[in-house]
Amino acid sequence: MNANNINNNPISTDVVKYVAELSRLSLDEKDTITFQHQLARILEYIAQLNEVDTDSTPPTTHVLPTMKDVFREDVPGGSLSQKEALDAAPDSVRGFFRVPRVI
Amino acid sequence: MKITLSNITAYKKWLNKENKPLSLAAKDLAAHAAEINKDVRSFIAIDPDVITNRALSLEKQTKRGSLWGVPVALKDNICIKGGLTTCGSRILEGFRPPYNATVATKLQAAGALLMGRANMDEFAFGSSCETSCYGPTRNPRDLSRIPGGSSGGSCAAVAAAQVVAALGSDTGGSVRQPASLCGVVGLKPTYGRVSRFGLVAFASSLDQIGPVTTNVEDCARMLEVISGHDAKDSTSVDINVPEYTASLERDIKDVTIGIPKEYFTCGISKDVSRRVQEAIKALKGLGAKIVDVSLPHTKYAVSCYYIIAPAEASSNLARYEGVHYGRRSAHAEDLIEMYIASRNEGFGAEAKRRILLGTYALSSGYYDAYYLKAQKVRTKIADDFRAVFTACDCILTPTSPTTAFKIGERIDDPLKMYLSDIFTIPANLAGLPAISVPCGEDKSGLPVGLQFMAGPFKEEMLIRVAHAYERSR
Repeated sequence: MNANNINNNPISTDVVKYVAELSRLSLDEKDTITFQHQLARILEYIAQLNEVDTDSTPPTTHVLPTMKDVFREDVPGGSLSQKEALDAAPDSVRGFFRVPRVI
Repeated sequence: MKITLSNITAYKKWLNKENKPLSLAAKDLAAHAAEINKDVRSFIAIDPDVITNRALSLEKQTKRGSLWGVPVALKDNICIKGGLTTCGSRILEGFRPPYNATVATKLQAAGALLMGRANMDEFAFGSSCETSCYGPTRNPRDLSRIPGGSSGGSCAAVAAAQVVAALGSDTGGSVRQPASLCGVVGLKPTYGRVSRFGLVAFASSLDQIGPVTTNVEDCARMLEVISGHDAKDSTSVDINVPEYTASLERDIKDVTIGIPKEYFTCGISKDVSRRVQEAIKALKGLGAKIVDVSLPHTKYAVSCYYIIAPAEASSNLARYEGVHYGRRSAHAEDLIEMYIASRNEGFGAEAKRRILLGTYALSSGYYDAYYLKAQKVRTKIADDFRAVFTACDCILTPTSPTTAFKIGERIDDPLKMYLSDIFTIPANLAGLPAISVPCGEDKSGLPVGLQFMAGPFKEEMLIRVAHAYERSR
């Protein structure tokens, strides 16, 4: 596809599956087809952005022009205790988050 | 038991007259809210013991703040330390945050009695409150209809007089659209006016917390309490918080109101158009100068938003993986399987749709065409507003193109649902403050909302104009 233009070809089921994989979701066949139809319609609508000439327009980087990066002194302050930080975890052991086997 | 919850002043008078400890009144308030909840379902849960305990701690406050004893609902994406906060999502089932949102701390310091979690579209993804894992909230004006969304629970709770006020969050209209559909007042402050610390992030360049009330005066009071700089939110701006209630009594004879023609084109219902035209006449009668203005990029706002918001959401929602908090799937052998199964089981269809859309827009090969393009169009939309505000003090539009629709009517048509927010999205993209106030009803008696937008940090102008209009009705 042309990298500077929104694609007018509808999104394929393969792309839906690939994007799901990137998102750590898995879709069955039925959901893949439903999402493919819905996303295609949404993307078709969104393609109207191609009409806007933005060649000399900078992208928004800060919501308001008055906003800027914020710095503070590097002073240690209070923080959550280890217990508080682990309290909401589905599983923890000896001060660690416990997860199923990694490899 | 007769409880007066029509506004803050009337409620305080009632509370004084009751002449009993707040903790006892709190039991009545909880029972009253629970009774109404059977039909409206605006609250996910109402726990009388928690409410009574909060009232007991308010009784100990030596200095009584401006909201002392006032029952307030919080949207389920605003953290209260130790209380459940789930964003209407299965994936946050059982989550109890270890800290308070700054707005929750501020409300409690002002004496507000926090009544519980208001229902919402899952992660604030929706315009109807139907995508909550707890099921839909109903519009108090007609129980077969949606209350709007995503802060549908907050607005329905205020409209049904379960509470006097509430907080919602507004990413593309999620405070103003349900306020309009429920017949209450809802305000989205300027980006940076209110701290988002402890608000579960949806789209970080768009999210703001805003008050929901029955009138503009209460809106000003709530805004005074929740506004201000917070070192814990680097996007909150360090400028003075005006005394918003002081703007209430000023007339609007020197105010110029712009009417953008792009908001009065197709898609807007006849009744909504009629009520808004009547409001324009009323404002003219109050001495305001009405001028025609143009915001030429309005028609691109929904497209622009549905790239930027899902892109940011897909990134913000990457943190839900069943490790640090929230729900973990029991059906997984290894770590990657666990991530996938937890997310698959935890997220509803709309959340998945937005994650897919956002990931697609950010993925290699598509980033320039979608995300970068949208951020450029966003600049154009913001430039439109900057140009218009040289010619007028505020802009008047309908809040929503239609009144409340039926439960189930749009849930299978995502694009149609997205277009419900066509008039509210531009203010989020440009970071501007905007308010929705009731301006009458349609033929079926359903509320219509009027929206005012103003330049950055001009909430006083919104309150002044909205209050003058409200008083004239």
